[in-house]
Amino acid sequence: MSWETVIGLEVHVQLATQSKIFSGSSTAFGAEPNTQASAVDLALPGTLPVPNAKAFEYAVMFGLAVHAEIGTTSHFERKNYFYPDLPKGYQTTQLEQPIVGPGYVDINLSNGTSKRIRIHHAHLEEDAGKSLHEDFHGMSGIDLNRAGTPLIEIVSEPDMSSAEEAVAFAKQLHAIVTSLGICDGEMAQGSMRFDVNISVRRPGEPLGTRTETKNLNSFRFMEEAIKLEVERQIDVLEDGGKIIQETRLYNGDTKKARAMRSKEEANDYRYFPCPDLLPVILDESFVARVRQNIPELPDQRAARFVNDYQLSDYDAGILAADRHLSAYFEAAATKGQAKLCANWIMGDIAASLNTHDITIQACPVSPAQLAGLVARIADDTISNKQAKQVFELLWSEGGNADDIIEKHGMKQVSDTAALAQIVEQVLASKPQEVANYVAAEESKRKKMMGAFMGPIMQATKGQANPGMVNQILAQKLNALLK
Amino acid sequence: MHQLTVAQIAQGLREKQFSSVEITQHYLNRIAAKDDTLRAFITVCPERALAQAAAADARLASGNAAPLTGIPIAHKDIFCTKGVKTTCASKMLDNFIAPYDATVVENLDRAGTVMLGKTNMDEFAMGSSNETSFYGTPRNPWDLDRVAGGSSGGSAAAVAAQLAPIASGTDTGGSIRQPASLCGLSGIKPTYGRVSRWGMIAFASSLDQAGVIARNAEDAALMLQDMASHDLKDSTNSDHPIDDFSAKLNQSLQGVRIGIPKQYFGTGLDSQTGDAVHGALEQYRAMGAELIEIDLPHTDLAVPAYYVIAPAEASANLSRFDGVRYGHRCDNPSDLMDLYMRSRAEGFGDEVKRRIMVGTYALSAGYYDAYFRKAQQVRRLISQDFQHAFSTVDFIAGPTCPQPAFKLGEKTSDPVAMYLEDIYTIPVSLAGLPAMSIPCGSSHGLPVGLQLIGRHFDEAGVLQLAHQYQLATDWHSRTPAGLE
Repeated sequence: MSWETVIGLEVHVQLATQSKIFSGSSTAFGAEPNTQASAVDLALPGTLPVPNAKAFEYAVMFGLAVHAEIGTTSHFERKNYFYPDLPKGYQTTQLEQPIVGPGYVDINLSNGTSKRIRIHHAHLEEDAGKSLHEDFHGMSGIDLNRAGTPLIEIVSEPDMSSAEEAVAFAKQLHAIVTSLGICDGEMAQGSMRFDVNISVRRPGEPLGTRTETKNLNSFRFMEEAIKLEVERQIDVLEDGGKIIQETRLYNGDTKKARAMRSKEEANDYRYFPCPDLLPVILDESFVARVRQNIPELPDQRAARFVNDYQLSDYDAGILAADRHLSAYFEAAATKGQAKLCANWIMGDIAASLNTHDITIQACPVSPAQLAGLVARIADDTISNKQAKQVFELLWSEGGNADDIIEKHGMKQVSDTAALAQIVEQVLASKPQEVANYVAAEESKRKKMMGAFMGPIMQATKGQANPGMVNQILAQKLNALLK
Repeated sequence: MHQLTVAQIAQGLREKQFSSVEITQHYLNRIAAKDDTLRAFITVCPERALAQAAAADARLASGNAAPLTGIPIAHKDIFCTKGVKTTCASKMLDNFIAPYDATVVENLDRAGTVMLGKTNMDEFAMGSSNETSFYGTPRNPWDLDRVAGGSSGGSAAAVAAQLAPIASGTDTGGSIRQPASLCGLSGIKPTYGRVSRWGMIAFASSLDQAGVIARNAEDAALMLQDMASHDLKDSTNSDHPIDDFSAKLNQSLQGVRIGIPKQYFGTGLDSQTGDAVHGALEQYRAMGAELIEIDLPHTDLAVPAYYVIAPAEASANLSRFDGVRYGHRCDNPSDLMDLYMRSRAEGFGDEVKRRIMVGTYALSAGYYDAYFRKAQQVRRLISQDFQHAFSTVDFIAGPTCPQPAFKLGEKTSDPVAMYLEDIYTIPVSLAGLPAMSIPCGSSHGLPVGLQLIGRHFDEAGVLQLAHQYQLATDWHSRTPAGLE
């Protein structure tokens, strides 16, 4: 009998505000430890939080993008627990009246179908600092630069039933928040972090006991962790065991997970309304203004790419998911060459970015340079093989495609008369091979044509238009058969 | 010189009868001579004070002085002061020097006041007798065997003993009004949100409010004027316009309606205290006010509700004192849990621990609805009681405390008896209303306080009520013996 998997996600998204949610400190990543921690962030006595309006605006943008109800009145609670990187001893968060109410996101699956994943709510809260456990001789270091960075925590309904769906949902959220510009999407820096709630059950049975795997910060780790946990739960249940409700940690390096704490050990967070902050009331004009300023969303953009550039749904989806990639594509694509541009961006450019571990924003080949290259491919000036050489030079040395083609004499020979002459010269120099060709069975002849291609390309220093050479060669050889 | 009121000192400075340096030195000398017995101060800052006084004298000479320029004052040690230790009377903060000033301190510095020092208080403002201080208990200048009240006991003792002409205080459930009452002073707690809480170490954030302990209402109005400001650093600070608190002082009370809550004169009220308060009310009637009996039916529920809400908020507010970043840290912690447990066990006193435990319990899963949520509901009912009453009266008056100053140690073994000390002040705090205690008589030779309660943001009215009474009576100008 089969098992059904039930997955729900809690996603922490760091909002790309300049300053923190309750203090004026900078939120920039990578500063020296504790240089971006003010008296408020350090929770010195007598300090008080002042809400950052930008964080509310961003949260509302997210809510509108996922078709959610916006809470006109929201307030903050204190979530109490002791930890050294939580300076106040409580996290300021939202429980009873979150800013973003129920909404949904549609995800596209590899089998061509789509599925609606419901969002239970999303709330605003502050991030904690970081505990550093290495290099302190058995002690821990605390860095409070991150403390107070605004987050929205997005809580999904348990609507996903596989790792693929969970990852698709996570990627869709990533595409939405980066397109909105409310999060930089830098997963490796912790800008988006995923907690995955997983349970399994027999079809038709009530929900099984769930576990929560916390703090996954890459789509790959998320996929691995889900598969591993689903397998573990099924093994336990099939061996007659029981799933314990617990929090688990997945280690992406060792590919192993371990239990962190069980429900019995869990904190009683003693939530209560934060008396330092008044309820936040968003009037309709504020929400309307935010709604007007919402940029194009990935789904809308993908539809536009299909419509305007005649891209396939698949290509459009990939490009539209990333706003920087989208912008690059649109800057490079000209009428009639959009598909070729898309192929280059998703092919050679993506591969090179990956090799050099840089993002599209740092790509040394500009959209204009790519457009110049693609134009020469489209008008048959250069072959695909030559195009790759030109691309490499554009990447390493800069310049433009036309100059490189000129300088390296890479122009493809497409002159029919010139090519015909070369073909005849080559055939004349290889009488034995020609005789063999004529004598050979029909089915073997096509393969034997290859023997002439090499010398022809050599004679033209590789600049012959391969398609035309093929055509002329076939013509000449076939003439000999008669 | 120390018998002068703030208004008189301001006048003396302008008439060059003395300089700010001279009067500051005079108070510093008195503190040096008398505070070993009184324990009104935790920290005295002579050099800083004299430097401020010299600057004030220069400002007075230049002609751009503010009303309070050159006036020596004392700040409760709950207000953070840049460069001067701020302890909240706790061992936990015995080594704490804030890198910033509280808005109250900043405002009064800007006005040109001179800070003599930081006054004693109950630890983290939790107490009604100042006996929970890590730095000893201030004595009541009227009887050195008795308490000065709390939690702003040091401020009250300092002003009553004329070690400072005026002082700041804070009031969460009665911490300005009760010590003012016990020491024969005029103490005002403004409307919640009137004075910024930035830099004021939090006890119960939804109740804490800074105010003044003074010799009379006129002085209180002067100092409150400079304390209050619109402060973007405190989200709960009100943007309600700030009145001229002295504007109405001299207006007649003819036709003013004063509500007398019957619940404030029940059992538990000392009879001589009750007599003194009734006498004061008759005085108001004689001045043209109309006395109207009113009903505040949920008064009995105020103390229980307060002792859920205030400790609950405190339990979270005090979590930051964990030995990690500042404040007391235990020696040689073996691990994180040991660091937390011993730092807090050593740093906090018994009453603070009691309230953290009560508050933690009231917020715990399974108890929240029965305690915290219920207490919040009661708080709303109490606010509605006042709201209803204020539809028929302009002010409410009654006793500040059920009895005059009690002896040191008398109530320390019975926390509930201590909590009942604030039975008349707590409902007002829960409703966030402005209120003042002024001396109105004596019981067993000790001062009795009259509590005057106003509508939200009617500090000017409360001060008018107090000042008019003080024009007609002299209880506020009586001083304890042995102050010379």
